[in-house]
Amino acid sequence: MTVKQPGLIESATFSRDVIHEIQRAAETGIYDIRGFGAKRKVPHFDDLLLLGASMSRYPLEGYREKCGTDVVLGTRFAKKPIKLDIPITIAGMSFGALSANAKEALGRGANMVGTSTTTGDGGMTPEERGNSKTLVYQYLPSRYGMNPDDLRKADAIEVVLGQGAKPGGGGMLLGQKITDRVAKMRDLPKGIDQRSACRHPDWTGPDDLAIKIQELREITDWEVPIYIKIGATRTYYDVKLAVKAGADVIVLDGMQGGTAATQDVFIEHVGIPTMAAIPQAVKALQEMDMHRKVQLIVSGGIRSGADVAKAMALGADAVAIGTAALVALGCNHPKWSEEYQKIGSDAGFYDDYHEGKCPAGISTQDPDLMARLNPEEAGKRLANYLNVLTMEAQTLARACGKSHLHNLEPEDLVALTVESAAMAGVPLAGTDWIPGQVRY
Amino acid sequence: MEFDLKKQTVRELNQALHDLPENSQETVVVNNLSGEHNVAVGMDRPAQVTINGHAGYFCAGMNQKADITINGNVGQGVAENMMSGRVHVKGNASQSAGATAHGGLLVIDGDAAARCGISMKGIDIVVKGNVGHMSSFMGQSGCLVVCGDAGEALGDSLYEVHIYVKGEVASLGADCIKKEMRPEHIEELSGLLEAAGCEDKPEDFTRYGSARQLYTFKVDNASAY
Repeated sequence: MTVKQPGLIESATFSRDVIHEIQRAAETGIYDIRGFGAKRKVPHFDDLLLLGASMSRYPLEGYREKCGTDVVLGTRFAKKPIKLDIPITIAGMSFGALSANAKEALGRGANMVGTSTTTGDGGMTPEERGNSKTLVYQYLPSRYGMNPDDLRKADAIEVVLGQGAKPGGGGMLLGQKITDRVAKMRDLPKGIDQRSACRHPDWTGPDDLAIKIQELREITDWEVPIYIKIGATRTYYDVKLAVKAGADVIVLDGMQGGTAATQDVFIEHVGIPTMAAIPQAVKALQEMDMHRKVQLIVSGGIRSGADVAKAMALGADAVAIGTAALVALGCNHPKWSEEYQKIGSDAGFYDDYHEGKCPAGISTQDPDLMARLNPEEAGKRLANYLNVLTMEAQTLARACGKSHLHNLEPEDLVALTVESAAMAGVPLAGTDWIPGQVRY
Repeated sequence: MEFDLKKQTVRELNQALHDLPENSQETVVVNNLSGEHNVAVGMDRPAQVTINGHAGYFCAGMNQKADITINGNVGQGVAENMMSGRVHVKGNASQSAGATAHGGLLVIDGDAAARCGISMKGIDIVVKGNVGHMSSFMGQSGCLVVCGDAGEALGDSLYEVHIYVKGEVASLGADCIKKEMRPEHIEELSGLLEAAGCEDKPEDFTRYGSARQLYTFKVDNASAY
């Protein structure tokens, strides 16, 4: 790193990072593919603050008075809705992108705190089903490993239309991660790049989706909830159409949501921030009289109990975490710093999930690397983290006088910036001004 | 067992099919269809199901073990994601017939529309008529046999599906090429034609498959997409 000297002025437009990318592109002739989520700064939950109680509101006693955290998902049509102890779920991540040990650890951690985990592209593994009390089965465009027997074993089905890191894009699991087992599960030769389609092969549009949802319900005898997962873009319209098509639950993934392998240009330039998407989704649900009847799960950049509380105050019924869950397992841990440096990265920066060289044994299929991750220990770390998120959210909710996390509301929030006030639809702190809304 | 869809619902039909005893070889007749969707989906019994009338979307979807005959036309996604068993359409099929299916045999006596066998993963499909454009798009494994003509971009982005076409091919998709018909292919095709009740001769067909040039993403291939 060059030390900044007086008189040396770095261009805001052509920063060192930009220059590096131009040089990299010129040398390789190919775009940068990476994992993780958007790294650019966008308006986020940090730009919101909660209004604790004082004279005009009545707080609840911390550590003494109850603040409920349970949530029921899929109450609209399913005979067996999902009941979770905490409103923080584990987002869909594939076996293939992640190691079997990582998938097992996610299941173990989720079990310990009474929440759900989710399969991903590539199907359901026995380790995952066996270690996940509540497992959501993703139904993806690629249909890799899609099996009606697994469908019937699932506690819910999530029809994936898109994800926040790449709305409108498919996926690519590069050949170096295609072991014999992954290849067999996906019915493709070992070692070749596996393209995951960007749209479903047997239906197009919301009218078709309604029939597809009915098919899934018929096959599972209307027992389990059907989620629809969308990447945040035209959220207001997408949510309305998903509800009309028959969704029990909407999973809304903002642009900060993670990915295993996507073009950097896609991750950073497509979609809208999570915070901006939630009010659009809630508005759509409210206009259809479906808010709280069709549950809303929000993901994309959830890191702390404050993020959980703010997302729920904006109207989410639950949140989902992916990147944060991997970090809790051990991703980007400083103890692997030297190993990260050997592959051109460092702890805190590592995002080359697609290369299969993850020193922490998480985003890899290499048996030696995978063995570094103890599923029991990693599961415990995840459970600890989920407990902290829950306690933090409860602390903030109690301060706002709420006896359940679901009682948090937009009125409990203010914004620090004009942009976040406009996006979240809450007043700029210290004012009653919400940009774009008429004051009466 | 007999069902009349003028008097009973698709839900009642499917629940009864799912409730058949394990390994049941029950004969089931379904009458009076008028385009209902999701008929006989999720079957998991080696039953014999005859459907009289035209079916809507996803008829026989995700079939396992059952032998299902449709005396009529079918809508989008017939036998989608079938795992095993046999589905026989006596009429024509709309688009995405046999999509993503992992096993079993799908026979279509008439024509199949666009994307027949899209993302197929092990199913064998025999179409006695023509198939529409982009058939076997991203097909992974199994066989697609077309006794008539094939539309544009046949086998686009193909993986390991064996495609046999007797008639004309409007155009081949990216990375799909004409291939030599060796004895093992004649044998494979003979078996499929016989299983489908076709009298066509295997020698009259041309085999198509993947050139395997796009299996690993290379920037030099960018113009192929």
